[in-house]
Amino acid sequence: MDVLFSQLFAGLSLGSVLLLAALGLALTFGQMGVINMAHGEFMMAGAYTAFVVQGIFSSAGVSLLVSLPLGFLVGGVLGLLLEATLIHRMYRRPLDTLLVTWGVALVLQQLARDIFGAPNVDVRAPAWLSGAVDVFGVGIPKTRLFILALAIVCVVALALVLKLTPLGRRIRAVVQNRDLAEASGISTRRTDRLTFFIGSGLAGIAGVALTLLGSVGPTLGTNYIVDAFLVVVAGGIGQIKGTVIAAFALGLLQATIEFSTTASLAKVLVFVVIVIFLQVRPQGLVSVRTRSLA
Amino acid sequence: MTDRTGPDVTQDTAPQTAVPTAPKPEPKPAPELSGDLPPDPTLAPETGPVPETGIEGDGLDLDAAAAVLGDDESRFRHDYLEVRGLRVEFDGFVAVQGIDLTVVQGDLRFLIGPNGAGKTTIVDAITGLTKGTGSVKFGGTELLGKKVHTIARAGVGRTFQTASVFEELSVLQNLDIAAGSGRGPLSMLRRRRGVPEVVEQALETIGLAHLRDVQAGILAHGQKQWLEIGMLLVQDSRLLLLDEPVAGMSHAEREQTGELLQRIGAQRTVVVVEHDMEFLRSFATSVTVLHLGAVLSEGTYAEVQADPRVQEVYLGSAGATRGARRGTSRKEK
Amino acid sequence: MTTIQTTVGGLYRSSRARAVTGFGVAAILLFAVAPATMTMFRLGLLAKFLCLAMVAVGIGLAWGRGGMLTLGQGVFFGLGAYIMAMHLKLADAGPGGVPDFMMLYGSGEVPWWWEPMRSPVLTIVLVVAVPTGLAILLGLAVFTRRVRGAYFAILSQALAAAFAILLIGQQATTGGTNGLNGFRSFFGYDLSDPLNKRMLFFIAAGALLVMVAVVRQLMHSRFGELLVAVRDQENRVRFLGYDPAKVKVVAYAVAAAMAAIGGALFVPIVGIISPADVGVVPSIGFLIGVAIGGRATLLGPVLGSIAVSWAQTSLSESFPSGWIYFQGALFILVVAFLPGGLASLVGKWRRRRTTQDPPDGAPHPSVPATSGSAA
Repeated sequence: MDVLFSQLFAGLSLGSVLLLAALGLALTFGQMGVINMAHGEFMMAGAYTAFVVQGIFSSAGVSLLVSLPLGFLVGGVLGLLLEATLIHRMYRRPLDTLLVTWGVALVLQQLARDIFGAPNVDVRAPAWLSGAVDVFGVGIPKTRLFILALAIVCVVALALVLKLTPLGRRIRAVVQNRDLAEASGISTRRTDRLTFFIGSGLAGIAGVALTLLGSVGPTLGTNYIVDAFLVVVAGGIGQIKGTVIAAFALGLLQATIEFSTTASLAKVLVFVVIVIFLQVRPQGLVSVRTRSLA
Repeated sequence: MTDRTGPDVTQDTAPQTAVPTAPKPEPKPAPELSGDLPPDPTLAPETGPVPETGIEGDGLDLDAAAAVLGDDESRFRHDYLEVRGLRVEFDGFVAVQGIDLTVVQGDLRFLIGPNGAGKTTIVDAITGLTKGTGSVKFGGTELLGKKVHTIARAGVGRTFQTASVFEELSVLQNLDIAAGSGRGPLSMLRRRRGVPEVVEQALETIGLAHLRDVQAGILAHGQKQWLEIGMLLVQDSRLLLLDEPVAGMSHAEREQTGELLQRIGAQRTVVVVEHDMEFLRSFATSVTVLHLGAVLSEGTYAEVQADPRVQEVYLGSAGATRGARRGTSRKEK
Repeated sequence: MTTIQTTVGGLYRSSRARAVTGFGVAAILLFAVAPATMTMFRLGLLAKFLCLAMVAVGIGLAWGRGGMLTLGQGVFFGLGAYIMAMHLKLADAGPGGVPDFMMLYGSGEVPWWWEPMRSPVLTIVLVVAVPTGLAILLGLAVFTRRVRGAYFAILSQALAAAFAILLIGQQATTGGTNGLNGFRSFFGYDLSDPLNKRMLFFIAAGALLVMVAVVRQLMHSRFGELLVAVRDQENRVRFLGYDPAKVKVVAYAVAAAMAAIGGALFVPIVGIISPADVGVVPSIGFLIGVAIGGRATLLGPVLGSIAVSWAQTSLSESFPSGWIYFQGALFILVVAFLPGGLASLVGKWRRRRTTQDPPDGAPHPSVPATSGSAA
C-alpha cells in the first residue's frame, strides 16, 4: 500500500512538473501552431530570475513569492520579443519556426552561460517548504506538493482566462478561423502577441518552480522541452484538458516503469507507448476535418 | 495520335486565356502569348457547333478526348454507382441522412442543392475522405470503409471544389503522376523518358499541351480545373466525381467543359456537383436535388424543375433553416 | 510536339552531361587534389565532415523533397556508429575476448546482443539493416496513421532523446557517457597507420559520391516527382491511388540508411562515438548545413554541411562560445530569411542571367533547384 501510494504520488508529482512545462506549449503550439523550441529556455530564464531575486531578498519565502510573478513577466516578455521579431513572419511555415526557435534557444543558452557561468547555481527553498508531509505513512516533500498545487492553479487560471475573458474569446476565435476573426474586427496581431505572452509567461513560472527541485543550469530547459512537446502531442491539439490528462498519464507511466526497471529504459518505453497510443488514437493529433485538402 | 495535325496547328496559334496574371511561364510560350488573337471557331469543328461566342485561347480538344477515353466501351458496361442508406455524421450533426442514389454508366448525373445540402459530403464519403455508414457500391464492390487510395485504385476519381493540383510540379508531371498509380517500383525509380501516350492525349484534350513544362501553380484558375479533369482522364477512372468543375470559368470554357463531360458521361459513370443552373440545364442527363442531407427530387432537368418541393426549397422559406445548419456545420470543423 | 520532345531530350542530355562532369570534378578534388595538398590531420577532418555530409544528403531527400522534418537522424547515425564500434571493440579484444571497458564497468561478460558483431560480414549487413529496419517500422507506424508535420518532428526528436538516454543509462554495455573509443584496427587494418587513414578517407569520399548519385537518381525519377507531390499535397495523392505513407517510408528509410553508413564510417575515422554525437542537439545540428545549402537541392545539403562542419571546427578552436552564437544565428537568419538556402540565391542569379541571354527555347526543368523556397 505504501509503495503503491508513493508510486502514485511520484507519478503525480512528475506529471505536475510536465504539466507546468507543457501548459504554455499547449497554448503556443496547440492554439497557435507555433513550435517554440525556445520554450525550454524561457523556463531557464524563469529559473535564473528566481536565482537573481534571491540575491535581493533575504527571505527565501518572499523571494519565491516575488519570483513567481516576475518569472512570468520575464518569460512573457521574452516570448513577446520572439513573436514580434521572428515568429509573426512565419505563421505559414510552422515547421520552420521549429528551427528558428532552436537557434534562439542556442543563443539564450549561451547567453546564460556567459552571464551566470556554466556551473549550476542553487536557489534556496523557503523554510516553510522544507521537510515532508506525512500522508498515509508516506513522507511527501512539501516542495512537490507546492508544485502540484501551483500546476493546478495555473491550469485553472488559464482555463478561466480562455473561457471568461474577452481575450480568451478572441484567442479561441483566432484559433478557429483566423481570416474570419480578422474580418470581424479582431486584431489577430494583438491576439497572437498576447497568446504568446501568456504561453511564454507560463514557461517562466515553470522555471521558477523547477528551482525547488534542483539546481539551475543553462541546459535546464533542454531537459524538459522534449517531454513537454510529447505531452502536448499525446494530449491532442487545442485542448487544455488533453494536456492535463496526458501530463499526468505520462508522469504516472514514467514513474511506474521507472520503479520496475531503470529511468533510462523507462524513457524508451514511454516513447514506445506513445507511438502505440498514436496508432490507436491519432485523432488527438490530426484532424482532417476540412474540405480543402491543404 | 495519328490525325493530330489539324488540331495541333490551332493549338499552337491559339492560346491566350493562358496565364493572364501569373508570371510568364518560360521563354518558349512567350511569343505565342503576345500573338494575335486567332479567329477561333476552328476549334473542334467536327464535334458539332460550339454555341455562343468565341472560345478564347486553346480550349479543350474533344478529338483528343476520344483518344484518351478509348473506344472500348465494353469495359464500362457493368459499371454503376449504387448508394444505399448513406449516412454521414459529424460529432452529432447529421450531414447526410441515409440517402439512396443510383447512377448508371452512360448517365451524366448532376447533384444540386442549396449550401449545406450534403453534396460534397456525399462525394467525400464515396471517395473515403469522410466516414459514412450504409452502403456505397461501384461495379459491385463495396467502397465504404476502404482507404482513400484503395477506392481510387478501384476506379473512382474525383476533383475538388478548389482545384488542387501539385503546384510545384509541371503540368506534365501532374498528369504523369495521375497516370502512374499502377507502376511498379522499377518504373518508379527510373527517370521519365518521353511522354506516355495517354498523358500526351490528355494534354491535347485539356488544351495545355504547349504549357506542359509550366509549373501548375501558375496556371489560370480554369486551366487548373481542366488539369484536374485531365488527371481524372489519365487516371482512367470509371466513376468520376466532379465537385463544381466549372466554378469560375468563363462562359465559353463552361460550354467546352460541359461537352467534354458529356463525352465522358456517355461512356463512363459521371457525377457532377454543380450550382450553375444554366450549365445544369445544358448538360445534365439527370439531376438529383438534395436538401438538408436528403434526396428531395430526382429526374430529368424538366421533371426536377417542375417539382413543387424543389421550387419551394429554392424560392421558399428554406433560407433560414439553411443558414442555421450551415452555422452548425462550420463549428464542427 | 516533336520539337518539344527533342528539347526535352536535349535538356535531359545536357543535364546528364553536367552531372557527369560534376561527378568527375568532385572525384578529382576528393581523390587527387585533397590528398595531395592536405596534411594528414586536415584530411582526417575532411573525412569526418564527409561522414556528416552523408547524413545531410539523406536529410535533403527526406526533408527537402519529402517534407519530413526529421529531428532524429542522430538515432540512425548512432545505430550505424555503435554497431561498427562494437565490432571494432570486439575485433580489438580478439576472438572470444571482452572489450576493455566491459571489464571496467560491467560483469566482464559480453552481452548476447554484442555477439553478432564479432562477424565482420554480419556487422556490415547490420550497420545498414538495423537502422533502415527501424526507420521502416517507425515510418509505417507513424505515416500510415497520418502523423506528420510538427508531430512527426516532435516524435523523431523524442526518439533521439530516448536513444541517447538509453545509451547513457547502459554504461556496462554501451560505455555510457564515454561512449565507445580507443579502436586500434579497422577490419584488420591498423588505424594508426597514415596509409590506412588515407584509405578511410577514400572510402568515405567514395561512399558520399555514391550516395549523391543515388539521391540524384531518386530526385529525378518518377518517385522523386511523386515525393514532391506527397510533400505538397499528401491527401491529394491518395485520390490518385497512391499510398503516400509508402512513398514517405521509402525516402525516410533511404535517409536512415545514409545516416547509418555515415555513422559507421565516422567511428574508425574519428575514433570515438558517444551519446553526445547522437542526441537531440547533434540531431538538430545535422539540419543547419542542409538548410544553409538549400534543403530541396541535391548538392546544397552536402556543401552546406561540409561548410558548417568546417566553420564549427575552426570557430570552436578559437572561441568556443562564439561558435554557439554563430550556430544559433545561422539557424535564425537562414531559416527565417533565406528558406531556400544559398542555393536559392544561385538559382535567382542563374535565372537573371538566362532572362538577359537570348532564350534558347528550352524550358527550365520543371522542379527548379529552388523549390524549397516556397516550401
